[in-house]
Amino acid sequence: MFFGKGHSACYGCPLPIAVRNVLEALDGRCFVVNPTGCLEVTSSQYGRSAWGVPYIHSTFENAPSVASGISYALEVLGRENEGYVVVFAGDGATADIGVGYLSSMLHRNDNVLYICLDNEAYQNTGNQQSSQTFLGASTTTTPAGRVIPGKTLRRKDMIAFALAHGTPYVATSSIAFPRDLRRKAKRAVEFVGSKYIHVHCPCPTGWHFDPSKTVEVARLAYETALFPIVEFEYGRLVRVKKIKRRKPVEEYLKVQGRFRHLFKHPEGGRIISELQRIANENAMRFGLD
Amino acid sequence: MRKVVRGFYAVAYSVKLCKPNVICAYPITPQTEISENLAEMYANGELENCKYITAESEFEAASILVGASATGARTFTATCSQGLILMSEVLINAAGMRLPIVIVNTNRALSAPLSIWNDLQDSMLLRDSGIIQIYVEDNQEVHEMIPQAYKIAESTMFPTMICMDGFKLTHAYEPIDLLDQETVDGFLPPYEPPIKLSIDEPLTFGAYAPPHCYMEFRYKMHKDMLNAKNKIEDVFKEWGEIRRDWGGLIEFKEGKTVLVSLGSLVGTMKEVAKEMGLGYLKVRTYRPFPYDEIREALKDCDNVVVFDRAVSFGYEGVLTIDIRNALYGESPNVYSFIVGLGGRDVPKEVMEDCVSKVLSGRAERYRFEGLKDFEEVTY
Ligand SMILES: Cc1ncc(C[n+]2csc(CCOP(=O)(O)OP(=O)(O)O)c2C)c(N)n1
Ligand SMILES: [Mg+2]
Repeated sequence: MFFGKGHSACYGCPLPIAVRNVLEALDGRCFVVNPTGCLEVTSSQYGRSAWGVPYIHSTFENAPSVASGISYALEVLGRENEGYVVVFAGDGATADIGVGYLSSMLHRNDNVLYICLDNEAYQNTGNQQSSQTFLGASTTTTPAGRVIPGKTLRRKDMIAFALAHGTPYVATSSIAFPRDLRRKAKRAVEFVGSKYIHVHCPCPTGWHFDPSKTVEVARLAYETALFPIVEFEYGRLVRVKKIKRRKPVEEYLKVQGRFRHLFKHPEGGRIISELQRIANENAMRFGLD
Repeated sequence: MRKVVRGFYAVAYSVKLCKPNVICAYPITPQTEISENLAEMYANGELENCKYITAESEFEAASILVGASATGARTFTATCSQGLILMSEVLINAAGMRLPIVIVNTNRALSAPLSIWNDLQDSMLLRDSGIIQIYVEDNQEVHEMIPQAYKIAESTMFPTMICMDGFKLTHAYEPIDLLDQETVDGFLPPYEPPIKLSIDEPLTFGAYAPPHCYMEFRYKMHKDMLNAKNKIEDVFKEWGEIRRDWGGLIEFKEGKTVLVSLGSLVGTMKEVAKEMGLGYLKVRTYRPFPYDEIREALKDCDNVVVFDRAVSFGYEGVLTIDIRNALYGESPNVYSFIVGLGGRDVPKEVMEDCVSKVLSGRAERYRFEGLKDFEEVTY
């Protein structure tokens, strides 16, 4: 088994779904780099590692650089055909504390498949906001209060970020669509240089929904166009996952505790319509409808 | 081959002879020219089997080397000051993962106030990190220390840092007996990591350890660091046989009053000791700390005079703390003189003045020597 034995992730955790599908798609021929975060803490305890592939964790912010180092070492030691260098990193590690190192890795176009497992907050430390947290979400550092209705900032656009570096392969995927994720992992490694896949990973513990509903919530994010599923090759949009009947964002929001206050708070209506505007913009920009 | 070269070239040339696989550094004065010299060698195709990577920070440079080293590559970086402390989270992590990265630190003061000039505050701050620290006196020593540092790192599995004084050594011209490839090849075999990241034998590096097993890792690290003393001595001895004997963990000359220091200050210190008929002790290996050797050397003298270039604010000179501890229960009087911070010159006269204060009973437990009059602001 490439991943799984003895991990201690929460019930309904999306992370093992993503990891297992990617590793299986790549036949386990992966050097995995994983920054500090939920995945690391639930899989790498000394004496009971869940990893059946070579794995390294160094710090919270340096996974891209460690991956670059592995890729250079494999090349210079004549071992580049041994396997792919794959990063599995949280949204905080990717878009916040490690974003500079990711930028550097993408700038050098190092031969690494970088997968961001986006659960939209620092879940390992108890659901603090990250730059990937959605507008309006209540987290422990952006709690919904009488005055402030949860997170007030918009999400950092990591797809635009990856594309801005000229990254040869950039895509999004979701744990709701394992086939899509597997195909993209396989497609990605056909490219020499940096590959970036941003995977939506709804977190029952942090987002407050029932652990049996992880896939359902992930699917709603796609169906409302709040999380568009897209694929770019050499900067060109080559494929999108079209939405048959786009749903209003409320359908996604109302099943999660982190957005519950929006339906009561005086500012809630304004935020919901702003989220709807973002969804519409996504649909237009990528032609999802 | 004897050639007049600057310190940074003496480093870069020796690094090249050690055949590192991955070199990664970030510019910072007075280290920059080491990485520039290596970049030039790389551009001219002189570094075989090697990747020279430009990083976007010291933190990243160290991180790239963590990945490369764990994969089985021989690695090199150079830095100092703000760069070293920016690297520190990664280097401390590398020490725990037991990755034999070799670092040259061109000692420079820490900010604020900003100073590009020399003292030892940067490397001393990493005293407790699990990184081997070796201080060199001149550019011939740093040139010859690099192959030895690789051998030490790869036989102890600890990151190993050579500390050389910024500007005083890095930018100094000295005639250097340059090593040749054959000598280095004969001394330093290719790196064969005991374990590495590989598909055939998948291992987990950088696991986390709950309270039931964390402490054993740290105990093991400490024990191995202590044992590293023997390994370092063996490496020094072996080098002495094939090349030049630089001494062991310390270099010591007896005396009733013994001067103690490390780094390039040792040159001046030896001069002063000679002229005033005193002993001296040069600390070559600072971590692991040569406790027994220092205790044995100093226990019967009357006065120990330590010249420190790093301060533990709110206590005293950093090296002095260690020297005092090594002499616990013994009778020498230990005096600390904090000198040369931020590149303040330490001429012979300053040292002589310190010694005469000691000999005439006017010295305090510790004192900043060479201060100017200045207007103090009170908080
Ligand atoms: C330098 C540093 N700062 C803070 C932390 C504490 N910390 C560990 S994991 C984490 C959040 C991880 O968030 P993310 O990357 O989104 O991964 P997740 O756990 O959500 O999957 C934080 C803040 C740390 N380990 N290192
Ligand atoms: Mg997260």
